[in-house]
Order: sequence, then structure tokens, then C-alpha cells
Amino acid sequence: MPDLRNLTRRPEFAAFVGTLFVFLFFTYFGWPTFIKPLVTGGWLNVAAELGLIALPVALVMIAGHLDLSVGSILAAGAMTYAILTGHLGLPDFIGLPAGLVVGTFFGFLNGLIITKTKLNSFIVTLAMMFALRGLVFGITRLTTSTVLVSVEVSETVQRTFGGRFYLTFENAIVLWALMALIVSWILYRTKYGNWIFALGGDETAARAAGVPVERVTIGLFMGSGFGSALLGVTQVALFGSAQVSAGQSYVFFSIIAVVVGGVLLTGGYGSPIGVIFGTLTFAIVSQGIYSTGWDSDWSSLILGLLLLIAVLTNNTFRRLALSSGDKLKTPAKPVTSKAPKNTNEATK
Amino acid sequence: MTEKRTPYISVQNVTKVFGGYVALNEVSLEIHQGEVLCLLGDNGAGKSTLIKVLSGFHQPSSGIIRVEGREQQIKSPRDAADLGISTVHQFGGTFPLMSLERSFFVGREPTKGWGPFEVFDSKTAGEIVVREMQAMGITRVTDGKRLVGSLSGGERQVSAIARAVYFGAKVMILDEPTAALGVKEAAHVLRIITQAKKRGLAVVLVTHNVTHAMTVGDHFAVLIHGAKAADFRRGEQTREEIIDLMAGGEAMAELEAELESYRTAHDGHSPQR
Repeated sequence: MPDLRNLTRRPEFAAFVGTLFVFLFFTYFGWPTFIKPLVTGGWLNVAAELGLIALPVALVMIAGHLDLSVGSILAAGAMTYAILTGHLGLPDFIGLPAGLVVGTFFGFLNGLIITKTKLNSFIVTLAMMFALRGLVFGITRLTTSTVLVSVEVSETVQRTFGGRFYLTFENAIVLWALMALIVSWILYRTKYGNWIFALGGDETAARAAGVPVERVTIGLFMGSGFGSALLGVTQVALFGSAQVSAGQSYVFFSIIAVVVGGVLLTGGYGSPIGVIFGTLTFAIVSQGIYSTGWDSDWSSLILGLLLLIAVLTNNTFRRLALSSGDKLKTPAKPVTSKAPKNTNEATK
Repeated sequence: MTEKRTPYISVQNVTKVFGGYVALNEVSLEIHQGEVLCLLGDNGAGKSTLIKVLSGFHQPSSGIIRVEGREQQIKSPRDAADLGISTVHQFGGTFPLMSLERSFFVGREPTKGWGPFEVFDSKTAGEIVVREMQAMGITRVTDGKRLVGSLSGGERQVSAIARAVYFGAKVMILDEPTAALGVKEAAHVLRIITQAKKRGLAVVLVTHNVTHAMTVGDHFAVLIHGAKAADFRRGEQTREEIIDLMAGGEAMAELEAELESYRTAHDGHSPQR
């Protein structure tokens, strides 16, 4: 019994319930199409692609920041690969890593600007989103005079980054699993995970405790830049072309997946496992709608409602977690009403 | 007497100017081990600026800080920690949504393993945090996995003090530790402060609660408008004199005059709601 109670207190529990709910919902309304391997592959592929961005973005958000530039960085990474390999004819093993390096570099730039200027990450990454999109458009048009560059992807890259297994499952699923392992390892098992939670909990206190706040912030944005570019080059490897306007939808999709996954928007709380469930929920809703025979417009309505419900249940579960263990001996004093302002403590 | 000892920290003529505004004006202080120095003053008197200078958040515009007789530049909280200066902020400076064992060790995690497989040693961390909390009289903590936010304000304050003591702080700066606490909890925190002092720590207690200050303080300094207005030892001044000093005298005198005139006008009754 106490085990069950502890389970419900875990940050990912609500996210798991959400995934289970939408899965059963579409199994019922989409029967029997929804459970076919082709459809399962469809939503798993969507989840895997989104997951490559959502996992590192989750770390950024747990640390109390936002990254709105993931879409533009995706396009920059994809375009770098496409221009170098598709247009200039350089080999894959130069073009693809170059795409990843470019993505990581712009993530680094995000982090550097945020830590140097002390500006809000929302504004900095918003600026980056537009500036970088303009840059990618400009450079692509200048060098190729088009906005869509196709790439002759080599067999090796197709077998690793691109390509599918069992006909429909993209290799991105494997990349996603690897990413999940790495991100979970960092957050749960290393001291860096501690620093990330502390940073999102209270930046000043983290600094006072000796956490190298600047380095951690820059590292996290490099991570989300890398994840975005990784999805960019993976899509090029899959579809054989890159488009300058690709990826912008991932900006909000990643935030939805992360928040539905139980990460606190103001930082300090969350888990990669929850984010995996959040990503799956997102993918099931956006793809499951096609097996029901309903108009696909309805999936946006469901996603919007789900986001709202997720935030509300997250608050409830967090309050449960805070009231953990035995009851207070003395009645709660009104001391918590003056909690530090950026921790968004839900103890009211 | 104790005046001849070398202070652990000696602050000499420290001035801090923020864009034309003088937050600290030629402040000199001595912080001795085994003593509680109470830093008193009204809001905006410069108490926070002074402790931020000592804990490495701000660098002084001029003046010298000596630690154990040697001149030091405290450029970051990390530098301060290396010099044995530990600051406990109001509300304990802890992370409500982290587990106690993780929060306790932020920035100084015990690890095991090697290279990329170097992992946070949750078992050791949990054992230490429970032991240290129990030693400080918080017996209700038996599991390090418990979230910090589930502790009371006083318990969080105590956990922050326990942390400073555990990591070998020589000087502990406490910023308004009792401000948001109930009477019993404040008493517990004051007792912990006395214990820390007896262990030989230098304690700097920032407060505007004169009663709390007089309970534990050995040495008092009053700041007004960024300058040191008074510096005296236990027993040299009465409670009323201290309050008077803190408010800069005038405000309190004004209030008293007002009350007095009210009383004369209303046959000796105090104002009532």
C-alpha cells in the first residue's frame, strides 16, 4: 500500500495516466484501425521525432528556462547538412556532423546571450527564432537560389539516422530511446541533474550553493540545440530533402509535450519519464484522430484541453508530493505564504 | 579582553556604490569565532549589501576584507565558500521541490564511480542528511527522499544551518532566519545558533527583531543609511536604546511624542481601534 502511494506521488504518474487515457480513448473510438501496426508506427514515429527535441527541452525547462528557437535551429541543422552534402556534394560524414555542430553552436549562443545579458530566455530565444530563420532563408537562397534542397543520402546514413525497421517504424525511435537514456542518466544519477533541479528551483540559492550557473545554463541550451539539429538531419536522412521553413511547429509541440509530461513551467520539478509519456500523449492525440473518421481539426481541440488539464493535475500531484509522509505534528503555520517568488510553491 | 584576538574576518572601510547610490559607507567590522555578531538596522540600511559583499555576490567599491589576517578578494559565492563563509538566506535558501538529500548536497554532491559513470550517491546523501537533521533536533525527518517543501519554515532554516555546519563553515551568515517563523520555531533556530557558536563558529545574525538579537548576540552593530552608527558588546546598551538606534532615533521619538500628545488629550488613554 505505501508503495502505491509513493507511485502516485512520482512526477510522472499524472503523465502516465494521461497517456493511458488517450490510448484507451482512441482504441475505443478508432477501433479497429487504431491498433494496427501501421497506425501504431505512425504515432510512435511522431513521438520519436518530437521526443528528440522534447527531452533536452525538458532539461532546459526544469532549469527554469524556455527555448523557442528549436524550430529555427532544426531548420539550420537540416539546411547545413543539405547544402553541404546535397548542393556542394561533400560527403555525408562531413555534412551531417556539420549540421549537428551548427545546431549545438546556436544553442551555445542562446545560452551565452542569456547568461551574459541576464535577459529572460523567452525573449532571447524568441529573437533567436526569428533571426536564425532569416539567416537560414537568406543563406539558402544565396547559395542554392531555392528554398528546398534535396540530398542524395548515403546508404550508411539511411541505415542509421534515416530508414525504417519492420516497414514503418523509423530509426528515430532508436535515437529517441538513446536520448531518453542519456537525459535520464544526467538528471537522475549525476550531480549535474542536481544542479539542473536547483537552478530551476531558485537560481540565487543555487549560485550561493556553488552551482556554476552560467556553465549549466549554456550546456542545457547546447543540448536543446543539439536535439533540434539531430531531428533536422534525421528528417533530411528520412525524406531526402530539407526545407527552410521546416520545424517551426516543434516550438509549441515540444512545450506541450514537456508540460503534459509533468514539468513545472517555472522550473524545478519534472522527470524525463514523464516527458516521454507527455510526448506519447501528444503523438497519440495528433495521429489517433485519423483512425476515428472524425475531422482532424478536432485533435487541436483535444490537445488544448489536455494541456489545460495537465497543468491543473500537475498542481494537484505536486501538492500531494509536498504533503508527503507523516502528518505535521504542529498545525501548518502561515509561514509558507512568503515563499521565494520564483519557486511557485503549491502549498496554499 | 577579546579585543586583542585576531578576528576571523575583518572588514575595513568597505564602501559599496551602486550607480551613484552609496549603499555602504566606510563600514568596518570584526567577526570573531565563537561569537554571534548581530547586524541590526532598518530596511534599506545596508545590511543586505554588507552580507552580499561578504558572501561574494557583490565586490566592494573600496575597502579591504581580511580573512584570518590575510587580505582577500571574494569574487563569487564559491570563493566565499572556500574561505569558510556560508550564507543562509531567508527561507533557508533551499529548494522546496527537491528531496532533502538532493537539496542538502547541491553543489557538493557525494559521488561514486568514475568518469561518465560517476553517479550521485543517493544512499550516502540520505544517511548523512537524516543524521545531521536528527542531531539538530529535527527528529521527524527519517527519510532523505522527503521533499524540502514538506518541512516547516523553521525546519528548512535548520536544514540550511545543518548544511553550513556539515560543510565546515567557519563563518555563518544568517539573513533574517527568524523573520517568518512562529515563536517556538524561532526559539529552536536561536538555540541552534547558540550551539553553532559554542562549536566555535562565527555567526553573523542579520535581523530587525531586537529581542532575538539580544537573546543570542555577543556583539552588536547597527547600520543606518549604509554607515555604521553603533558598535557595542552585550550588556552595554538596553533594548530601548537599540530600538532607538535602529530607527535612527527620530522616527521612534516622533511616534512617542504623538502618543504622548494623544494621551494628554484623552485623559491618559492610549489610542484604541
